[in-house]
Amino acid sequence: MLIPACLALTQVISLPRVTLAPAHLPSAYHRSLSGHDEWLPISLSTMFSARSEFFAGIKAEMPILLGVVPFGMIYGVLALDAGLSALQTQAMSFIVFAGSAQFIMAQLFALNTPALVIVITAFLVNLRHGLYSASVSPFVKHLPARWRQVLAYFLTDEAYAVTIIHYRQKEESPDQRRFKHWFFLGSGLALWTTWQISTAAGILAGTLIPESWPLVFFIPLTFIALVVPNLEDWPSVLAALTGGVISILAFDLPFRLGLIIASFAGIAAGMLAESLRPSPKIRRIESEN
Amino acid sequence: MVGLISNDVSIWLTMLVVGVFTYATRLSFILIFGQREIPARLRQALRFVPPAVLTAIIFPELLIRDGEIDLSLGNEWLLAGITAVIVAWFSKNVVATIFAGMVALILFEIAGF
Repeated sequence: MLIPACLALTQVISLPRVTLAPAHLPSAYHRSLSGHDEWLPISLSTMFSARSEFFAGIKAEMPILLGVVPFGMIYGVLALDAGLSALQTQAMSFIVFAGSAQFIMAQLFALNTPALVIVITAFLVNLRHGLYSASVSPFVKHLPARWRQVLAYFLTDEAYAVTIIHYRQKEESPDQRRFKHWFFLGSGLALWTTWQISTAAGILAGTLIPESWPLVFFIPLTFIALVVPNLEDWPSVLAALTGGVISILAFDLPFRLGLIIASFAGIAAGMLAESLRPSPKIRRIESEN
Repeated sequence: MVGLISNDVSIWLTMLVVGVFTYATRLSFILIFGQREIPARLRQALRFVPPAVLTAIIFPELLIRDGEIDLSLGNEWLLAGITAVIVAWFSKNVVATIFAGMVALILFEIAGF
């Protein structure tokens, strides 16, 4: 069901591309490449480059997908365990479509956290997508609004990682630049499809796992696995420790407000530490500007 | 029953609002703000969001048992969590970390410190 849906989506958003078909290639050349032109509203040479970029995007995403599958399955198991229905668990993967935010939300739902605190926490965690958005915006600004609206939905950590590298590489041919958004779409759709299927697999697995298993422990473990390898310098260590300690001290506050306060305290501690002694990475970024 | 229904509705609404915010964040510079630069301070702050927020969730999970801070060796969650931190640091692997933490929790519970 997913694959026809994906194909349909690529065709819907290929409609505005009509005007961008290169006109300088002989039509005989177009025809030699594919036999499906009669139902596609774009020229064959466009399709050819678009298709090769699309599949290159899927291919580039493959190694990342290996790590996404267990992550998606764990999310499915966890969200069920947190008290969400199977439908809500799957719907969250469609609607929110952001791994770490979904884990956090499942955990906060389980703790009966007020909706406003969940929304603020998820917003904070997803703010980094604003950075990705700024980073890819120069490369997609020539596209019609509809294309950009679709690509924005696919702007996850994993799709951004491979897409921005591809955008910054030199083009092999002058035409390639015009089709690079197909690479973006390919990597995004590959991730999206994998995320939905592994969520569903996790939901199935979750119903099979005995209730006595300490599955709830998956959440802190997953977060440890996400945080620890990224503690690359002492400002980020300080941000983590401050967030952790303040959340303990503020644990008794109502509405789990302690979580928000601890998050801001941790961010502030990290920034303070960095302003005292900028890490080499930040110095490099500043000297580039 | 009424309580259950309102809880269910609140889950759906929360999910929708977060979904809209997430999409709006992703769309922000691509469609709305165009080429405007992100302020340097904000860019710097964003780097610390994941460690701060995630640790703020991890610490109470591991340290607070039954509403009280428990730093003793009898807290299996804390011991298993520390095991997972060590494995995460050296392996940098999500599956290995979760596996090690789960095994550690089961072993510590059997050992019953």
